[in-house]
Amino acid sequence: MSGAARDQPPASGAPGAEIRLDRVAVELGGHTVVADIDLVIASGELVCLLGPSGCGKSTLLNVIAGFLPVSAGSARVGGRPVHGPGLDRGVVFQSAEALFPWLTARQNVEYGPRRRGIPAAARTAAATRFLNMVGLRHVVDRFPDALSGGMRQRVQIARVLVNQPPVVLMDEPFGALDAQTRAVMQAELVRIWQATRPTILFITHDIAEAILLADRIVTMTAGPDARLKTIAPVELPRPRDLLDPAAVALYRRLRDDIGAEVTKTLRAQGLESEAGP
Amino acid sequence: MTRPRFDIPTLLGTRLGQLLTGIVSVGVGIAIWELLSRRTNPVFLPSPWLTLMSVGELWQDGILWQSVAASSARILTGWSLGVVIGIPLGILMGHFKLVRHLLDPYIEFFRFIPPIAFVTLAVIWLGPGEASKVALILYTTIFIVMLNVIAGVLSVSELRLRAAASLGAGRLSSLLTVVVPSTVPYMVTGSRIAMGNSFLTIVSAEIVAAQQGLGSLIWTSRNYGRTEWVFVGIIILGALGFLFDRIVRLVARRLLRRYGVAV
Repeated sequence: MSGAARDQPPASGAPGAEIRLDRVAVELGGHTVVADIDLVIASGELVCLLGPSGCGKSTLLNVIAGFLPVSAGSARVGGRPVHGPGLDRGVVFQSAEALFPWLTARQNVEYGPRRRGIPAAARTAAATRFLNMVGLRHVVDRFPDALSGGMRQRVQIARVLVNQPPVVLMDEPFGALDAQTRAVMQAELVRIWQATRPTILFITHDIAEAILLADRIVTMTAGPDARLKTIAPVELPRPRDLLDPAAVALYRRLRDDIGAEVTKTLRAQGLESEAGP
Repeated sequence: MTRPRFDIPTLLGTRLGQLLTGIVSVGVGIAIWELLSRRTNPVFLPSPWLTLMSVGELWQDGILWQSVAASSARILTGWSLGVVIGIPLGILMGHFKLVRHLLDPYIEFFRFIPPIAFVTLAVIWLGPGEASKVALILYTTIFIVMLNVIAGVLSVSELRLRAAASLGAGRLSSLLTVVVPSTVPYMVTGSRIAMGNSFLTIVSAEIVAAQQGLGSLIWTSRNYGRTEWVFVGIIILGALGFLFDRIVRLVARRLLRRYGVAV
C-alpha cells in the first residue's frame, strides 16, 4: 500500500512542494506512536489523513510541520529534510487559540510578512488581499474574540496563505465548527486551493469531509504503533456530490475500514461488549 | 406575576444595587463602631465622630497630607522600580531554563523572608533616609512580580508558540511577540498583589525608622495618647490602598484589555 503512494507521479509546474515521508517512526515518552510510515504527497496535491482520534494523525502532521522530531526515517519537504518549523509549511490549527488575541484579524495575517521584514505598506496590502480571499473584508480590524468560530478559522487560513507557503498543513481545522459553517468552509477551501495550488495535508476524522476535499485519502491503523492502512484515490469530479453512487461506495469502504480499527482499539482496551452493535 | 421583584439576585444584578449594598454595609459598620465607642472611653476606642474631627485637625496641621505624600511617594517609587525590574527578570527566568535555575535558589530563599526582617539592615546599609524605605518596597514587589511572571511564561500556550514558529518567528521574536504579550495578565496580577504588600511593608518600615509617613503617624500618636490619630492613620491607609488598586485596575483594563486582562 505504501508502495502505491510512492508511485504517485508529482504534478509538474505547480507552486506546491512535495512531501516525502520515508520509514518515519515517532516515539513519545517511550511509546511508539507511529511506525514505518512511507508516504509521498505530490506537489499541489490535496491529501486527507483520515482516522479516529488517537491514531497518530496529528503526530504525522507535527513531524512535517517540524514541531516533533522523527525517531527513525526521514521527513522531507521540497527535497529538503525537515528541521524545525518554517514559513515554507503553513499550519492551520483546529483551535482558534492559535490566533494572537491581542492582534486584530489584519495584524494576525500580517504576522508572517512582518517577521520576514516586509515593509508596512506592502504587508498591509498583502494581508488585505488574503483577508478578502477568505471573505473577511468587512471585519479586518476586529480582534479574534469579536469573530465567530468560522471567521477565526478564515483568519488562520489567511494568516498562512499570505506567506504563500508551498505546503499547507491543516489539523482538523473545521472540527470545532457547526455543520453549516463547515460546509461553507470546505467549499471555500477547495476554491482557494484550486486558485493557489499549494500542497495540502488535511487531517480529519470526518469521512464525508475527506471525500469532499481530497485527491487521495489515507487512513491509519489504530495506535499505538500506528501505520498507514489504506491509500484511496478519490476519482470524482469537482465540485463533489456526496450522494453520487461512487462517493457512497467510497464512504462505505472507508467507514468499514475505520470501524475495524476502532473495534480493534476497543477490544484492546477490553471494551468489546460496548463496541458491539 | 409581572410585579417588580426585590430579591437579592435582582438587587445584586445592577451596579447601583451593588453600590448601595456596599454603602449600607459600611453604614452598619460605622453604626456598630459608634455604639461600641459609647460604652468605653476615647483612649480605648475613639468614636467615629472624634476620628473624623481628628482628620480635620491633622489636615489643618498639614501632618495628614505630609504623611500621605511621604508614604505614597515611597510606595510608588519602590513599587514602580520593583515592577519595572521584576517583569523582565521574570520573563528571562521563565523563558531561559539556565537563568531560572541560576536564580531559583535565591528566589526560593528570599521569598520566605518578610521585608520587615530587613528593616534594620536597610537602615544600616542605606541610611535612615528615603533610600532604605524605597528599597524595602522594591524588595517586597520584585519577588511577587517575578513569581507571577514566571508562572505566566510557563503557561504560555504551546499552540501559539508553534503558530509563531511556523510563521517565521525565531526564538527572540517568539519571546517578544508571543511570550511577553501572553504574560501581561500575570504582570498585572503580580503588580496588584505587590501593591497590597507594599502597604504592609511601608508601615513596618516607617514605624521603625521614619519621621514622616502614615506608619510614623500611627506610631508617634502613641506618645501623645491620641488613639483617634491611630484610627485616622489606619483608615487613610485602607483608603489609599483601595484608591491605588482602583487606579491600577482602571489603567490595566483600559490599556491592556486586548491582552486578556480582566480585573
